[in-house]
Amino acid sequence: MFGPSESSVVVQCASSGACTVLHAIFTSGFVFFVLLTGFAYTTLLERRFLAALQSRVGPNRAGPFGMFQPVADGIKLIFKEDVTPSLAKKAVFWLSPVIKVVPAIIVVAVIPFGPDVAIPWFDGKWYRVSQSVVDVNIGVLWLLAITSVGIYGIVLAGWSSNNKYAMLGGLRSSAQMISYELSMGLVFVVPVMLASSMSVGEIIEAQNKTPVLGWFVFQNPLAATILLVALLAEVNRAPFDMPEAEQELTAGYHSEYSGMKFALFFMAEYIGMVAVSMISVALYFGGYHFLWVDQAPLLGPVFYGAKVFILLLVMVWVRGTLPRIRYDRLMLLGWKVMLPLALVAVVWSAVGVVLLDEIGQDFYAGMSVAGIVLFVLGSFIWLSRAGRKPDISGTEPRVEVVSLSGNSGLATTTLRAVDRVIRAPAEVAERIAARETPGED
Amino acid sequence: MDITAESVVFLILSALTLGSGLLVVTSRNLFHAALYLMLSLFGVAGLFALLTAPFLAFVQVTVYIGAIAILIIFAIMLTPQVTRTNARNTQWVGAVVVAVVFFAVMVSVLTPLMDDLGADDWSADFSEEDPDDVPGTSLADLGEQLVDPDYYMLPFEVASVLLMAALIGAALMVSPAIADDPETETGDDESGG
Repeated sequence: MFGPSESSVVVQCASSGACTVLHAIFTSGFVFFVLLTGFAYTTLLERRFLAALQSRVGPNRAGPFGMFQPVADGIKLIFKEDVTPSLAKKAVFWLSPVIKVVPAIIVVAVIPFGPDVAIPWFDGKWYRVSQSVVDVNIGVLWLLAITSVGIYGIVLAGWSSNNKYAMLGGLRSSAQMISYELSMGLVFVVPVMLASSMSVGEIIEAQNKTPVLGWFVFQNPLAATILLVALLAEVNRAPFDMPEAEQELTAGYHSEYSGMKFALFFMAEYIGMVAVSMISVALYFGGYHFLWVDQAPLLGPVFYGAKVFILLLVMVWVRGTLPRIRYDRLMLLGWKVMLPLALVAVVWSAVGVVLLDEIGQDFYAGMSVAGIVLFVLGSFIWLSRAGRKPDISGTEPRVEVVSLSGNSGLATTTLRAVDRVIRAPAEVAERIAARETPGED
Repeated sequence: MDITAESVVFLILSALTLGSGLLVVTSRNLFHAALYLMLSLFGVAGLFALLTAPFLAFVQVTVYIGAIAILIIFAIMLTPQVTRTNARNTQWVGAVVVAVVFFAVMVSVLTPLMDDLGADDWSADFSEEDPDDVPGTSLADLGEQLVDPDYYMLPFEVASVLLMAALIGAALMVSPAIADDPETETGDDESGG
């Protein structure tokens, strides 16, 4: 295996000044490159996958499978005319796309993409470096702080455009993001409690005590669900894309933006998608841990990328499936459903941590499984007995999760299989419920 | 005084904080004032980071920039007088007096100035040689001290009661059954939004 031999000298990177600087430059450049490429190809992924969901073809002309489409789009946007409205507040108008993009990029700085690796250098020593830009000991707080700064980009864009539609879009988004930030902050607490550390690296390592089953999503699926929903609202993705609801607000906060400044907002949205997928994977889905990562640290980024890719697919899928939520319903969901549920999730984990100390691993694992079953059955019963349709029906079992036309492509087959897996527990519960109902009557 | 990289950053951040702080109170446009306030708070967060207090720096960003300043901006955007640029504060003399007094108290407590002037038990006696006086060095310490009766338990509980009162007050104000006159109690769905 590739690694330092017994006789070689291994130096911690943090103890060497030159190594720290080189590491910072290289990892920053790497993260920047990954996010910008990720942005370009997330747009393509969204268009192709959405097309597959809607029985269309999608962009497939530029290069094989449309691989060069993002390049073509980028060139087109650079050469477009950049219009600034004459009555706009110029300085703020120019700054707000930047304020939107920068937090989306720097938020991933605290997330490690793999375990520490030893790298040989020209002076004959091996250097042990971490695969994150920086692993601060309060990384979770960094995530919370930086995501909250991104709101300014939208609010200021809406205000400085001197346009009623844009301003309404900005207003809506600030209200929405503040509401959902509460639930998000609460469920950020859950991994912190379980790992008893605020460092993202240590949270990921704490999830590897038991392979796969140790991921915090299995300890607290409720919190993971709330985090995914809140993060969708935080990056203004469908079904929470109220700030730019076309039918009501033309294009919302970026109505007056064109050319490369519009592209920056576009970029912020897609980089935001990638970034929040990375955050969810790090906090609840085991980070880079899977299969053989412990033996081969360089596999870490590969598995990390795969998990992020799956979450991105889910986000596009949600956009293809769910209609936009009405604005008052959106606030209702945020304050009256998500916030109490987030509190329940925090209490769940707090009790879990105490129980683990008191009664030991095995019994606690059994309790955890029982809790998860209760959670799934409870949400099933709640959703099927509710008199009205729920606001988000992502977990509603009676709906066919994917509905496709009869063609038999690879995408169709995959989606059918996923559909079966998602509906299986609900169908079992339904059968049990059907067997029990006659006895009650 | 030696000019190190740290002192340069400190000067830049101080200038940012104080300059935009000054603009907050002199700017005639309410919205601009709110933006300068955000910039000033950001400078304070930078100063915290420079003092190797990353926890305080991030909390500053989360609470003040991410929540309070955005709420202020939210309130201003909902006010019709957003673009009014001739806003005048008739109480600026009182504000200046209070600011000067506050500054004087801070300086006298944080520096050994009052000891030199002969007043005992006034200065907090922080010194460069003995930085351990400052409580709450790590996050875990801070958390424990927050619920420790010897440290911050009382202020913590008082703040909780204050927030609770504010919450109940807000709920009462928007509650249609109580806000309306008891005799004209009408349907409560119309005024909700």
